Amino acid sequence: MDQLTLDGVSPGDECVMTGLTAEGALGQRLMDLGFFPGARIQVVRNAPLVDPVEIELDGYHVTIRHEEARTVEVSLS
Amino acid sequence: MSDMSLTVALAGQPNCGKSTVFNMLTGARQHVANYPGVTVEKKTGFFSHEGRKVSLVDLPGTYSLTSYSLEERVARDFLLDEKPNLVVNVADASNLKRNLYLTLQLLEMGVPVLLDLNMMDVADRRGIQVDHKELSRLLGVVVVQTVGKKNDGKSPMYEGIFTVSARNGDAPPTYKVDYGPLEGFVEQMADELVKADQLAEKYPLRWLALKLLEGDTSAEEIVVNTVGSLSSEFLAKAKELSVEFSEQHKLTADRQIAFSRHRAAASICKEVVKEPAEKKKSLSDRADTYVCNKVTGPMILCAILFTLYQISIVWGGDLAAWVWPVWGGVEDFVAAHLPVEGFLQDPLVRSLGLWLVKSLTAILNYLPIFFLLFALIAVLEDSGYMPRMAFILDRMFRKFGLHGQSTLPLILGGVYVGGCAIPGVMATKAIPDERARLATILTVPLMNCLAKVPLYLILISAYFADQAGLAMFFIATVTMFMALPIAKLLSLTVLSGYESAPFIMEMPPYHLPTLAGILRRAFERIWLFLKKIVTVVAAVALVVFGLIYFPGIPQDRLDHYEKQEQVAVAKFMKAVDKTSLAGKLSESDVMGLINYQNDLKQAKRGVKDKAVAAGINAEYEKMNPVYWSVVKRKGKDGKKLNKELKKVAKVRKKIRRESRTERFESSFLGMAGRAIEPVTQYAGFNWRINIALLSAFAAKENAAATIGSIYGIEDGKSVQESMKEGESGFTPLHALALMLFMALYPPCIPTTVMVRAQSGSTKWMLFGIGYPIVLGLSVATLIYSGGMLFGLTGFQAMWVFYGLCICATLIMGAIPDRSTVKRLP
Repeated sequence: MDQLTLDGVSPGDECVMTGLTAEGALGQRLMDLGFFPGARIQVVRNAPLVDPVEIELDGYHVTIRHEEARTVEVSLS
Repeated sequence: MSDMSLTVALAGQPNCGKSTVFNMLTGARQHVANYPGVTVEKKTGFFSHEGRKVSLVDLPGTYSLTSYSLEERVARDFLLDEKPNLVVNVADASNLKRNLYLTLQLLEMGVPVLLDLNMMDVADRRGIQVDHKELSRLLGVVVVQTVGKKNDGKSPMYEGIFTVSARNGDAPPTYKVDYGPLEGFVEQMADELVKADQLAEKYPLRWLALKLLEGDTSAEEIVVNTVGSLSSEFLAKAKELSVEFSEQHKLTADRQIAFSRHRAAASICKEVVKEPAEKKKSLSDRADTYVCNKVTGPMILCAILFTLYQISIVWGGDLAAWVWPVWGGVEDFVAAHLPVEGFLQDPLVRSLGLWLVKSLTAILNYLPIFFLLFALIAVLEDSGYMPRMAFILDRMFRKFGLHGQSTLPLILGGVYVGGCAIPGVMATKAIPDERARLATILTVPLMNCLAKVPLYLILISAYFADQAGLAMFFIATVTMFMALPIAKLLSLTVLSGYESAPFIMEMPPYHLPTLAGILRRAFERIWLFLKKIVTVVAAVALVVFGLIYFPGIPQDRLDHYEKQEQVAVAKFMKAVDKTSLAGKLSESDVMGLINYQNDLKQAKRGVKDKAVAAGINAEYEKMNPVYWSVVKRKGKDGKKLNKELKKVAKVRKKIRRESRTERFESSFLGMAGRAIEPVTQYAGFNWRINIALLSAFAAKENAAATIGSIYGIEDGKSVQESMKEGESGFTPLHALALMLFMALYPPCIPTTVMVRAQSGSTKWMLFGIGYPIVLGLSVATLIYSGGMLFGLTGFQAMWVFYGLCICATLIMGAIPDRSTVKRLP
């Protein structure tokens, strides 16, 4: 089965981060904002025009574009 | 540094309430500048406590201290190069885990740290308990608790600052992040680095070793700059170790480092933070179900933007009109203290002085609007609505190379009619994506600012009188359909080299802004605006004055006007000699009379109280009874001479206007207007229009004013009627070309200054002036020459062009941005 990524998680669902495929500035920025393996992530909602997506990460809210969410590997909890 | 004064740096992540702590500690004594060489704002505040002076430097809010973003580099360089006595690390107590991620990095850098748990009230409200004593013990740093917004915890903070600084670095923090399997590699690297004394003296080696293993470019630069040729050995070693680690552990060193820090922060939090067993949905979350909702979200957004527009532009406009007498008073005051007017020409000092003052008051007139705007923007920022706005609109703007946060700058620039590019460009500061930010800075001036409107109104009522409403709708909305494709075009071409940052944005909980905070920010920005603008506007006004005043009217034309003056004055004197005032009035009294009459009018302007008016009358009568009798038509002679004076005044007015127009047309600016006619004729602009457009460069209001003076407004006629009479060959097609050129007009001088400040580069400033000229001329040529070719009327050409713009918008929006695709793995 293909690796599940954050952009494939529907609003309302919760998951746990398992890996990160983004590199360079994007990878660093995601890590700095608290994306690390083991972090609990809940997808809160999509924007009115679908992109970006708002998520709750360990108690605070972050919004990222789907394109970026695709680099966050997760597993449903 | 004397032991009496301390330098303290204030560090913290975004949304941790750092600025409230800064204000709490320093009060009003602040100084805003930029960090050397970059556009990042540097705020310094001063305070003294028990006789010790402290300067507090507010570092940019950053999540981390890597070298990926300018802000992070600036913050890190300050800590390394300026070596502050200590760093106050502000952390959001309600969100400690993530905030500790930065704290751990600060500790690694070996700077003395005081940890401030801020926003304790929010933590309390959410039922989050932090054991600050245990936290202090674990980290080995002093921990204080504050609520910056309510000025709570000021004295423990002062105490903490002095306790930590008194240690003088003798009791370094004890906590070390465990990097797991990477530890051995870090040690090896540090052992290598210790061989270079210069490095060991200046930098904490564990930190430097970690940074080199991370592959941090700034750290590599540090090594190169410190040890020169030896550096290649160190860098090679770092590379080797880092490759070895990732091969062994299937994880790059930088990942391992970041993940370890998070795990460390999480394990600290596990011991010191007690979260409530059951999490309730916070008020912010509940509000967001509506604010970010598919249906209500855009509606709320529109309502907020409409309110912003209504308050700042509409009410602000009323307020500006109400305040205007103040600026008018300044103009009158200056006019009264400059040398008096002459018959034909005024003294140069007077003309120049009035010109300068009027240039400044024209800008100062906008202050009330700016003040309201800045205050409202501060409300939006402090409340936490900005990220929501970006969230809702990002998708749309991103298609055009812009960013969700481009919304506000564009709105301020004037999305419908009437905005101002100056605050618009200033507001681009918040956009985190450098490419989108530059694209926004360059397109905000294409919006319809207030100053473009007078020319639109003149042209519409002169040439589109029957379809005025539709024409106004056209010009008000077409600008957006021009700006969006242009933004995309710029983004794909000249800006393509700039990195487009990922859209990762925190959505902080909503906060109720405080009035003091709002006012402080509004005044700060007004002050910044005045400081930046006033001198430049004055300097440019001086240059423009030179261009329109010189070389002046040729002598033979001057003689021609002076002859008319002499004839008129002689006629008046002849009349004087026939009255009882003969001998009491000489030729030089003609100007005296005219000035006396004007002064009296001026003195009584706006005076409603009869007693006051009588007082002024008495004063003027006493000042010069002879003038009084003529001006006030006293007796038969007074009446007769008053009639004659009117005739002289009429001649004066006529020759002044004619000579002024002539001076204008033969000025350097006029010459330029003629010189570019061969090019502009295809756009339908003759040299007179060229002059009006050139004069608009200092400020766009000038275009309407210049047209007024070129076509010479006759009494009882409006500008548009005079223009229509003056330009018999002019058609609506000409007018349309002219309107669109004005819509695409380069930014005014104050905006240009802001573009320079916000882009941090003269190159972009010049580009920002240059490209709209080329574009505007092309569009105007397309309209005029194209319209002529296809035999379109102005009204038809208008809608054909509108259609073209919408097509361009759709096409440009559909073009994928290569660089965003490229970023995907």
